[in-house]
Amino acid sequence: MPNDTAAPTVTVVLPGALVSLFPGSVGEVELTASTVGHMLDALDSRWPGMRDRLRDSTPQIRRNINVFVEGRRAALETPLTPGGKVYVLTAMSGG
Amino acid sequence: MARKVVILAGTKKGAFILEGDALRRAWELRGPFCDAWPINHVIADAASGAIYAGGGNEWFGPAVWKSSDLGKSWSHSSEGLAYAEGQDPIKSVWCVTRGNGSLYAGVEPAGLFRSDDAGETWSHIEGLQKHPSRKDWMPGGGGLILHSVIPHPDDDKQLWVAVSTGGMFHTGDSGKTWEPRNKGVRNDYLPEDQRYAETGQCVHSVVMAPGMPDRLYQQNHCGMYRSDDGGRSWESIEKGLPSTFGFPSAAHPRDPETLYLIPLNGDVLGRYVPDGKAAVWRTRDAGRSWEALRKGLPQENVFFGVLRQAMATDPLEPHGLYFGTNTGALFASADEGESWRCIAEHMPVITSIETLVVDG
Repeated sequence: MPNDTAAPTVTVVLPGALVSLFPGSVGEVELTASTVGHMLDALDSRWPGMRDRLRDSTPQIRRNINVFVEGRRAALETPLTPGGKVYVLTAMSGG
Repeated sequence: MARKVVILAGTKKGAFILEGDALRRAWELRGPFCDAWPINHVIADAASGAIYAGGGNEWFGPAVWKSSDLGKSWSHSSEGLAYAEGQDPIKSVWCVTRGNGSLYAGVEPAGLFRSDDAGETWSHIEGLQKHPSRKDWMPGGGGLILHSVIPHPDDDKQLWVAVSTGGMFHTGDSGKTWEPRNKGVRNDYLPEDQRYAETGQCVHSVVMAPGMPDRLYQQNHCGMYRSDDGGRSWESIEKGLPSTFGFPSAAHPRDPETLYLIPLNGDVLGRYVPDGKAAVWRTRDAGRSWEALRKGLPQENVFFGVLRQAMATDPLEPHGLYFGTNTGALFASADEGESWRCIAEHMPVITSIETLVVDG
């Protein structure tokens, strides 16, 4: 679980395909987290199971999920900054 | 009260449910469920009526979906469905099996998981990974997958699993230790003097004969086999069949001598039904002789195949038999394969067929 009481507050934008998997979740959520990894923890505490949908057991962000922080593709350890907007996007994939 | 058959279909674009009338003639199709995820296997727990669908999504990873109301609402979980940190992540769930009081999931890359809380959480049965042959298992056309789990009906410590390509394994201690069960099974893809190796066989499907836990039937990449000793030794039963290649197998629900297969023309010849004519092949003498069942099946320009989990029976009398094709057609017989009807077309690639009987 995250221990991010002093962590920055960010806005996280989630893809529709993910929101539809978790009844009650929303496409845009404000939370506090110091890194992308902690952000996934925070999402999971609100909607149990969501972390596993975005991060694999390696652990790393799933191959076909992109997380953008300040316009750049991020990794689990990427730090977050106050007031930032984090975009979680599904990559071009499928068949 | 009349008993009705429900067909559960896994497809590349979600799970589907077909509800039949009392005569098994008219079928109502519903779906796709599971957000149209690729679903490899859909089963029902006859005791609770719960439906489980195992699969994996390109974006969101593996999950087992569950519905307790015949598909009206679904939830999903993959809690615990993961290997240790640093290992290759699980791509998808390939099979879901009820037995021994638990729920089992076979996954890609090949491994076995168990749930003791009806699919809410999962735990890894690590013993299989410790088998010395594990490092030599190779991906087949569908990946390195554990696709068949057969619980012993009378002994909850016994379980058989099949890996493509790794072969069959048996545990007698609830998964702590595993023993290969491949003696007599050919591997045409090894040098001639190594074709009957201890492990490494490409098992396509395995079923247990009803009432005979020691009798197993196997469709392999390289031949069809029967074992009468729990898989310790296998005997070829391919004589009389049009090829040695195919994917699914289905046991009669009551007669241990009767088995159904759908041979395809060959692994490098297109993997469709031989001569472009669809047939289910039946033995009534445990594989000593075979007959083709064609009535009602298309007999001209047929180029479909049937995947490993895409044939199933129902338990009624006479029993029903069903198969779904990789071209999205679903065929049904209400008379043990004697005659057939196409009951759905234009579905996505069908990966699995199972049945459930409900009152109604």
